[in-house]
Amino acid sequence: MVMSNEIIKTKAPSQSLTMIQAITDGLKTMLESDQNTIIMGEDVGRNGGVFRATDGLQETFGEKRVIDTPLSEAGFVGTAVGMALAGLKPVVEIQFLGFIYPAFEQIATHVTRMRMRTLGQYHIPMVIRAPYGAGVRSPEIHSESVEALFTHLPGIKVVCPSNAYDAKGLLLAAVEDPDPVLFLEPMRLYRGSRVDVPTGDYRVEIGKGTRVQEGNDVTIFAWGAMIPLVMKASEQMKKDGISCDVIDLRSLYPLDRDLIADSVQKTGRVVIVHEGHETGGLGSEIISIINDTSFLYLKAPVEKVTGFDVPVPLFSLENDYLPSTERVETAIRKAYTF
Amino acid sequence: MENYPLYQIIDENGEWVNKSYEKELNEEKVKEFYYHMLRIRTYDQKGVALQRQGRIGTYVPFPGHEGAQVGSALALSENDWMFPTYRDHGASLTFGADLDRMFLHWNGRIEGCLPSREKRIMPASIPIATHLPHATGAAIAEVYKGTDNAAIAYFGDGATSEGDFHEGLNIASVFKAPVVFFNQNNGYAISLPIEKQMNSETIAQKAVAYGIPGVRVDGMDVFAVHYAVKEALERARKGEGPTLIEAVVIRFGAHTTADDPSKYRDQEEINRQKEAKDPLLRLKKHMQFRGFWSEEWVENIQSDIRTEIESAVVKMESAPTANTDDMFDHVFSEPTWTISRQKEQLGLMGGNR
Repeated sequence: MVMSNEIIKTKAPSQSLTMIQAITDGLKTMLESDQNTIIMGEDVGRNGGVFRATDGLQETFGEKRVIDTPLSEAGFVGTAVGMALAGLKPVVEIQFLGFIYPAFEQIATHVTRMRMRTLGQYHIPMVIRAPYGAGVRSPEIHSESVEALFTHLPGIKVVCPSNAYDAKGLLLAAVEDPDPVLFLEPMRLYRGSRVDVPTGDYRVEIGKGTRVQEGNDVTIFAWGAMIPLVMKASEQMKKDGISCDVIDLRSLYPLDRDLIADSVQKTGRVVIVHEGHETGGLGSEIISIINDTSFLYLKAPVEKVTGFDVPVPLFSLENDYLPSTERVETAIRKAYTF
Repeated sequence: MENYPLYQIIDENGEWVNKSYEKELNEEKVKEFYYHMLRIRTYDQKGVALQRQGRIGTYVPFPGHEGAQVGSALALSENDWMFPTYRDHGASLTFGADLDRMFLHWNGRIEGCLPSREKRIMPASIPIATHLPHATGAAIAEVYKGTDNAAIAYFGDGATSEGDFHEGLNIASVFKAPVVFFNQNNGYAISLPIEKQMNSETIAQKAVAYGIPGVRVDGMDVFAVHYAVKEALERARKGEGPTLIEAVVIRFGAHTTADDPSKYRDQEEINRQKEAKDPLLRLKKHMQFRGFWSEEWVENIQSDIRTEIESAVVKMESAPTANTDDMFDHVFSEPTWTISRQKEQLGLMGGNR
């Protein structure tokens, strides 16, 4: 499984965890260290969340800190705004990213604007967690990957881990951040694999990507559930003698401009892989950064492998919708042989 | 309607309907109400005039709402939270917002958005009903912190059709949040009359759905509003949860200075009602009847108020020009690289003027 560079560096006591366990562990660390932090959402209390991300937390920390809310996304995100104004630090769980739409108005008109509206006198240190992406045979609206709706909104940061280590570290960084952070959790990776995760408190810096595989011929930019997929494709490419520089961007706003430039200037060939829709997707934004930083280094047009401009289909077609290793390999070859 | 009678303390002639508060409503207290109502009406007239002269942007007048706004604002305690809309600057000013910053707000300046450094008066919410959950959240947080502070959210009749009205009230009722949902029903959401807004006879009755008290008061009777809000706040502080108050008022003028109400209602009729129901006139009649009225006193406070407002206008107009950096520097605690870059690019072009 993919591991972040940081794991190799760390010497702290650690345990082998799945991503969902690492998220629970991160939330527990948060609740232990700051009395002002609270968790809110649908079924997060007694039930421990539909994916068990908050399993056992209400039992340990009580109903005042791990709060089951009515089925009311706009209502509880709005309530969390009021709590944040009054000095609490709410971490809200949206059950699936596709359920965030009722709360979009709260996010677009208040969560992202309160700091500017009050010239910094008030701010909203809120984390919004949301299971994200397709590939687990969910019903309609349970498989969205609309990160670009939020990376386009000024005033909120967006992160998406691809492994348990980054999940806990990014979550704790998001909690520490004085501004709103949307924390996207790739459902497909919740229980797929385990990595060593430090038992204590640590941070993965928001705004920094990580190189998960060093290579020289073609750069691949991806995040979340696309990371295992592109790693598989890049293994295949090794057989053809093509070495891929695989970058897990993991911070989607702000993007890691320096790391993007660094890799592109080394390889000159780029494939961007994301499961969100193509038009207006983050792939286009990454191309824009490449254009600004590395235009003269390019040896081939940048390739994109993305979800299509169609609503994410019901699960009988979700594998047709999602980028596949075949599509990624084709794109790598195309970039390599241009 | 009969389940939600209009609560009054004084009638349109200023005479007692209910004498329970006669003692408490002594000369000093009554004069305080009148002073604040006169102050915000004078401010409002200045606001309209400044807009007409092109010295501020679109302005939202509130005449007819003075009793509701002053009565409610004076019921709050020092550390309570106020979540107003764009028509509630009368309430904000009465609770403690700064006049000059309020004018700056109407002049398109961010500095005007947060009206007070001392009081928890939130910027006027523009998206309808979205601040009701905020009041709920602030109130829940106060309970969490172990204080007895409460919150009040202001909203109009149109807001009751929004989902956030329901979500805010529902969550507040489930958690028994110490919050007062203060509705000013002026019968029109811009042009839409209340009978096309909802099929219920009253707004107060909507409280039944949440298992909370619903109170319908004459919003032109400053005393009735004051005591209804005060009692709701007392219930809230005792842990008995939220209250929905419907204060029935008449919006005498336009929705905003960009609106022409004669397009959608009989403004002549409204003007006739104004003569009969004006909350300031009603309080004046009451004061006359109780021997509290003095022309000299009114002239004195009117003159003080004019001086205060004129100096606020001078302060507003002599404020340094808007700082372009403000647009970039308060999106995040530290600007992201995209924002820093954009700020630098704008700087290279010599700013925006």
